[in-house]
Amino acid sequence: MSNLALSDKERETLAALANAVIPDSKKFNVPGAGDPAIVAEIENDAERQMPDISKYLNEVENLAENFGAPFSHLNLTERLSVVEAFRSNHPVAAGKFGNIVVQCYYRDDRVMTSLGMELRAPHPKGYEVAAGDWSLLEPVRRRKSFYRPTD
Amino acid sequence: MREDVADVLIIGAGASGAVMAWSLAETKMRIVCLEQGPLMNPLAYPSTTRAWEARTQDDFATNPNVRKLPQDYPINEENSPIKIANFNGVGGGTILYAGHFPRFHPSDFRVKSLDGVADDWPIDYATLAPFYAENERITGVSGMNGDPAYPRDNAERTPALPLGLAGDTLAKGFNSLGWHWWPSDTAIITEEHDGRAPCINLGACGAGCAQGAKGSSDVTYWPHALRAGVELRTRCRVREITVGNDGMATGAIYYDGDGKEQEIKAHVVIMACNGIGTPRLLLNSKSSLFPNGLANSSDQVGRNLMFHPYSWTCGVFEDEQDGFAGPHKLIRSQEFYETDQSRGYVRGYTLEIQRGMPPVRTAHTALRLGMVPWGEDHHDAFRRLFKRTTGMVAVCEDLPEAHNRVTLDEHLKDSDGIPAPKIDYTLSDNSRNMLDHGIARSTEILKAAGAYEVYSEAPIPYGGWHLMGTARMGKDPANSVVNEWGRAHDVKNLFIVDGSIFVTSAGVNPTNTIQALALYVADQMKSRLANLFD
Repeated sequence: MSNLALSDKERETLAALANAVIPDSKKFNVPGAGDPAIVAEIENDAERQMPDISKYLNEVENLAENFGAPFSHLNLTERLSVVEAFRSNHPVAAGKFGNIVVQCYYRDDRVMTSLGMELRAPHPKGYEVAAGDWSLLEPVRRRKSFYRPTD
Repeated sequence: MREDVADVLIIGAGASGAVMAWSLAETKMRIVCLEQGPLMNPLAYPSTTRAWEARTQDDFATNPNVRKLPQDYPINEENSPIKIANFNGVGGGTILYAGHFPRFHPSDFRVKSLDGVADDWPIDYATLAPFYAENERITGVSGMNGDPAYPRDNAERTPALPLGLAGDTLAKGFNSLGWHWWPSDTAIITEEHDGRAPCINLGACGAGCAQGAKGSSDVTYWPHALRAGVELRTRCRVREITVGNDGMATGAIYYDGDGKEQEIKAHVVIMACNGIGTPRLLLNSKSSLFPNGLANSSDQVGRNLMFHPYSWTCGVFEDEQDGFAGPHKLIRSQEFYETDQSRGYVRGYTLEIQRGMPPVRTAHTALRLGMVPWGEDHHDAFRRLFKRTTGMVAVCEDLPEAHNRVTLDEHLKDSDGIPAPKIDYTLSDNSRNMLDHGIARSTEILKAAGAYEVYSEAPIPYGGWHLMGTARMGKDPANSVVNEWGRAHDVKNLFIVDGSIFVTSAGVNPTNTIQALALYVADQMKSRLANLFD
């Protein structure tokens, strides 16, 4: 549970903005990043990595006011316009937000399953990696030493 | 209260501090090491958790200004295009390093003589060769003997890391161009070694190795040093090295884990705080005898900061590659290592293969470089890249320049109130040209290997992994800080053993050389014990 203490309205903005980064996909059968479980993860990670996130969510809402409705209520064209303005006004914050969204999205079970990933930590099982074709080294083995003499 | 006195005080428990502790332990002197970070617990490393990649952006980030852990000190790096990477804990930077473990070449010690730039080292490859071998034996190194880019060494190595799909792909690219490549010397064991288990391809080398297969110094040297009686005090941050009226170091003042000021006396002080931490501490150790900072009569402390500027070039392939499974390092090329003036720069670089990327890193990188958009097209763009990229970095030799330096920031302080370092660094034309050359050659290799699209970036902004040159060694006290065996010219019981004593940077990762140098300095100290301060 995050200690960010976002208001319900801020959480709604957060979900809508996360969906603007990664919307759902029927083609790949994956949720958008605004899915409640993923938003909870975003809140959790933002606590240390973007503690001032509220400031930027409020900025998004200020931009949305130009269209006369909360960001999450805007149509797609309007949302894209707000997102574009937000990214242009705050490129560093937008970049950081995008990073937090993807780092939470690409650990969700549904997303990882869709990518064909096992639902586990790397340790302790590890992974198999093919030894590879060491005969490829033969032409290099035949090469004469070419390090630079110092005498 | 009884005085706290050590025969030898080592400051820093990273790559070189561990070596000194281990090597000097046989003298049976009382050795105390102060380390500002904690002893690491591999079972708590990120790769033991599902959210492991997120932690590489948080408590296991390479940049201390991002990590912001209690043991980290802030660094003003606004005036540098390359940001600092470090780690504060037992093992130091080796906790996060990828484990690439090459030696310097003989020519790297003779830069001035061969190319008319920078300075020659006061020692040569032959001097360090036995210490390289000893370091590789203790650390445990995988690789293959017979690389034509190096003198024969017959070092002990476990079998090379697997080539995997990415290795096969890129080896074909190198071969089609007739260019050199060779299995990397890597401090990642592929067979059991010194009680440590072999690599199981976790693919998270850069966030601490939970398996213990990667040779970070907390699992290589430290267990032996502790068993031999060295005392390691963690969460102890040194504020200054103290000096007596005779100009000799007398010990250090530090803050313990409770933030309480402590003093330890010592007959010998050894600094092993890396190329940023060492000049910071020397500059913070001002006194009436040393008004410009300790051991700084030459005004060389903090100057000549060298990184390895890195270019990164990545190819996108139709066929699936390894993704993130397996160690990042597998093969290297030194086709462009030695000087060829026709290339538009002096010195050279190593091409180091980067196997592949896990999902979050794929997305982060792709977002940063505009390869994956926000919105509707995200999924298709991401899946076109995931597990279908491999590439390489060019590790470029950086030449020493006096204006590239570490000083003390006027305002920034760490949590104990100790002035923080400030970095001023500009990329030279020589480095810029070398980076461009590295990208052009990497692009050729990737295309020859079948990449249908290539991306690149230079310099890698958060690529300041290698911190060198800020207290360089030399025979002349007028333009160097330590002599040819690591003793400060100005303070005869003060030694420096980390990357700050490098004269030049070479075009390879420095850890093997840092540790070989530390073994060499320790050997010199042991052989001169009777007249160490003469």
